[in-house]
Amino acid sequence: MIDAIARLGKAVLDSIAGAGAALLMLLRALIGKPQLRKSFPLLMQQMYSVGVLSLVIIIVSGLFIGMVLGLQGYTILVDFGAEQSLGPMVALSLLRELGPVVTALLFAGRAGSALTAEIGLMKATEQLSSLEMMAVDPLRRIISPRFWAGFYSMPILAIIFSAVGIYGGYLVGVRWLGVDEGAFWSVMQSQVEWHQDILNGIIKSIVFAFVVTWIALHKGYNCVPTSVGISRATTSTVVTASLAVLGLDFILTALMFG
Amino acid sequence: MESRTTQLAVGLFVIIGVLALLFLGLQAANTSAVSSGDTYRIYAKFDNIGGLKERSPVKVGGVVVGRVTRITLDGEYYEPLVEMTISATYDEFSETSSVSILTSGLLGEQYLGLNPGFIDDTVEMLKDGDYIYDTKSALVLEDLIGQFLFSQGSD
Repeated sequence: MIDAIARLGKAVLDSIAGAGAALLMLLRALIGKPQLRKSFPLLMQQMYSVGVLSLVIIIVSGLFIGMVLGLQGYTILVDFGAEQSLGPMVALSLLRELGPVVTALLFAGRAGSALTAEIGLMKATEQLSSLEMMAVDPLRRIISPRFWAGFYSMPILAIIFSAVGIYGGYLVGVRWLGVDEGAFWSVMQSQVEWHQDILNGIIKSIVFAFVVTWIALHKGYNCVPTSVGISRATTSTVVTASLAVLGLDFILTALMFG
Repeated sequence: MESRTTQLAVGLFVIIGVLALLFLGLQAANTSAVSSGDTYRIYAKFDNIGGLKERSPVKVGGVVVGRVTRITLDGEYYEPLVEMTISATYDEFSETSSVSILTSGLLGEQYLGLNPGFIDDTVEMLKDGDYIYDTKSALVLEDLIGQFLFSQGSD
């Protein structure tokens, strides 16, 4: 009994210490004199590996998710003779929910796990310690550009995802199933609001970008520097980031559209 | 310059992102929102607004000329007061105009139908902050059924 309470206490203390370590890491990585000249090429390099290389999976899955939405929405809406509402249905579900959320989940799997594994291996092979020996702050040199790259890339990826998804819905709905093209776009335009839908979706994906990148970097930086530790940290990144995204999505949706 | 291709790829990535945002903004959302550009406000009191909501469209003959911007209860008797914002492009509505709450389709959203009134030398045009007095409230299904039953009973 006493042991169980002690274990609970240890778990709570550990999680608080972990959150504190993550926050400290982020603060120390981000606060400080910006060195644009030195950090810009690093940022570019990370934008490439985090953002550009995720582009293919984002475009392909966006296209297919839009096409599935078009197909499923059509079969339901046609029963009510309301297939003209296919446009807003596809656009709103992509812009408000699927765009930010699915992008964040894919990003956690594609880029987040890679970040964790990379930093974890750097730690295991003592590269981070070597940097410190050379008086280079690994937080500024390694963590900070990766954080900003993820932070900038994911909203862009989410926007591309939504746009491609809407095009996929258009391909299936209009080109294949024969929904009237004018009605598809005009009903969409009358229902989708710039501020309410597009901007809120972008705000969502900015929040997700922050959380997912942060979790990935923290798990990598604080992993146990063994092969088992790195594998655990990578798994934990994907699981924690996905859960955080889904939970936050509920809260953000309740705040924005509730 | 070994990072030249990297820079190029990132630049393209950002450009694709901006293009996608433009696509969403121009093709998917309504850019011709009446809230942009010059507008003026008109008020109307109703007995019952039914399912009218803020942001419901104000239409003249089916053409959207504005939006409902605020719905409040007003005055001693708590009458619903609807504030609508009309695009300044359409500023020639006379004070004899009337508004009614209509439904688009059988089950559709409710909107405000604005009927332009006649114009002669004695009537003035509606200006910012004016009231339209000739209003027709929303049809409430329960009231209609009640009236129908009442008229059946009296036969």
